[in-house]
Amino acid sequence: MSIGHYLVLSGVLFSIGAAGVFLRKNLITLLLSVEIMLNAVNLAFVAFGRQFGTVDGQIITFFVMTVAAAEAAVGLALVIGLFRHRESLNPEAFTSLKW
Amino acid sequence: MISSSFDAIIPMLCVALAGLVVLLAEAFRERGEKMPIGGLAIIGLVGAGAASILLWNRNATSFGVVTADNFSLFVNLVLVAVGILTVIFSSQTVDRDKIPAGEYYAIMLFAIVGMMLMGQATDLLVIFLALETMSIAVYVLTGIRREQQQSTEAAFKYFLLGAFASAFFLYGVAFIYGVTGSTNLDRIGSVIAAQSMSGNPMILLGVGLLIVGFAFKVAAVPFHMWSPDVYEGAPAVVTGFMSTGVKAAAVAAFVRVFLSSLEPMIADWAPVLWAIAAATMILGTVVGVAQTSLKRMLAYSSIAHGGYLLAGLVAGNDVGKAAILFYLAAYALTNLGAFGVIALLGTRERANDDLRDYAGLFKSHPALAVLMTFFLLSLGGFPPTAGFIAKWYVFSAAIGSGYYGLAIIGVLSSVVSVFFYLRIVVMMFMTERDARPVPAPITTMAYVGLALSLVGVLYLGVLPSAVIDFAQASISTIF
Repeated sequence: MSIGHYLVLSGVLFSIGAAGVFLRKNLITLLLSVEIMLNAVNLAFVAFGRQFGTVDGQIITFFVMTVAAAEAAVGLALVIGLFRHRESLNPEAFTSLKW
Repeated sequence: MISSSFDAIIPMLCVALAGLVVLLAEAFRERGEKMPIGGLAIIGLVGAGAASILLWNRNATSFGVVTADNFSLFVNLVLVAVGILTVIFSSQTVDRDKIPAGEYYAIMLFAIVGMMLMGQATDLLVIFLALETMSIAVYVLTGIRREQQQSTEAAFKYFLLGAFASAFFLYGVAFIYGVTGSTNLDRIGSVIAAQSMSGNPMILLGVGLLIVGFAFKVAAVPFHMWSPDVYEGAPAVVTGFMSTGVKAAAVAAFVRVFLSSLEPMIADWAPVLWAIAAATMILGTVVGVAQTSLKRMLAYSSIAHGGYLLAGLVAGNDVGKAAILFYLAAYALTNLGAFGVIALLGTRERANDDLRDYAGLFKSHPALAVLMTFFLLSLGGFPPTAGFIAKWYVFSAAIGSGYYGLAIIGVLSSVVSVFFYLRIVVMMFMTERDARPVPAPITTMAYVGLALSLVGVLYLGVLPSAVIDFAQASISTIF
């Protein structure tokens, strides 16, 4: 398989994630969409690293995974905080600020 | 030398250490015991400032990815000032709103570590890590008042759009890595300079995605939608902190990436940034006029100021680089002062940030009204304040590079923005006071903070040459 295949898959995954952030109507799914985007980037890094024949790409992936975990922790905490106010996970229920 | 390889990270170490000490102090605090936790934070920040001054002209590097050149040290000093002023203004808010002091100051210090690393990093991956260190901490600070729905909502919006934008930034890093085989800024620069890359679609995509990520963090149009909501929902001190600190750090990294390693491609990205800068200045000003909440109005004003900073970046000449540094310092002092006043006038139940709440402020709090007037005039760019010199400097850089259109848009938008700053001044001095909740008495400490900002604003406005020389010395060692 050439690098092109990996990059296309990565691009498709990234687009799915980006579209999900705007289209889905559940706060948890929004978080998952962002995670899909980050993992699409990971795939691109690993593919490029393999192309260069070095492990750099794979090492970068570990950093990205760590960041993604930290983001998920804060994101879930905020979702819980929001749920306590409105008993709802629908983003449209939260309107105290203008978008 | 092993012993000197840690030099470049000493400023960050001081702040991080202070953050850890603050967390420990909070853990060992007896229930109900008062501790000068803000004082600990200030000690760490002063240490970082002293370390930055001692490292001046030494060009220390650590681990090949962190540098302490004069450019980043200047940004460090601005960030130290931002941190100290924020700590001073915070003490009243923390007591009033029952915010957990240990967590609050520790997270703020960790955010400053991320900001410093952003200015000092010379590797795209490290810039990404710094961006996240800063952002995640600021998301938490935005939502620190958990019992308030507005605050939590603002934090989630900021978080979601911030994470979204960092994914774009990281994708840009991936493409640049894919083309050049490295994430190191120097190596990227030499690869791009050696092979003519401007037609390569992959690197163009990478640069475009980097612009999206950075534009989001400096709240540039069209990636600014989050900022009015987040600025309004967050506690006023936190808004002041993030509108200055986050912007300074993001602009520093933006300048370093685009004017060092991506400089050979300036013909490709300069038109894009030109359009972004122009749109940011215009939209920030025009929409700002229509706001009724002071925090939202200052959010749009801060968007417009991001546009002026980008105008300096587009100019790309030596004057422009020094102008950006000077502008960051001037803007940080001014904006922190303005948000400090807003924070002092709030109460636990209500933020008191509507324009109407400022009616007759001169009668109830004459000192605050006068201070606020100075900060607003500086934001609008009146002489003899820092804002005037900063704007003049940026626009002269744009003209120096032949961007007359950008300079004209900048001048016109500052003229329009004067309208909404003056509207508040008129409100404060010339209208009668409505009934409104009385804020807590203002502490001497808070006045000291406001006085420090004012002295800074006037010093930069009346005697700017020392700091301008300093800024010019900062850019001479790199780029």
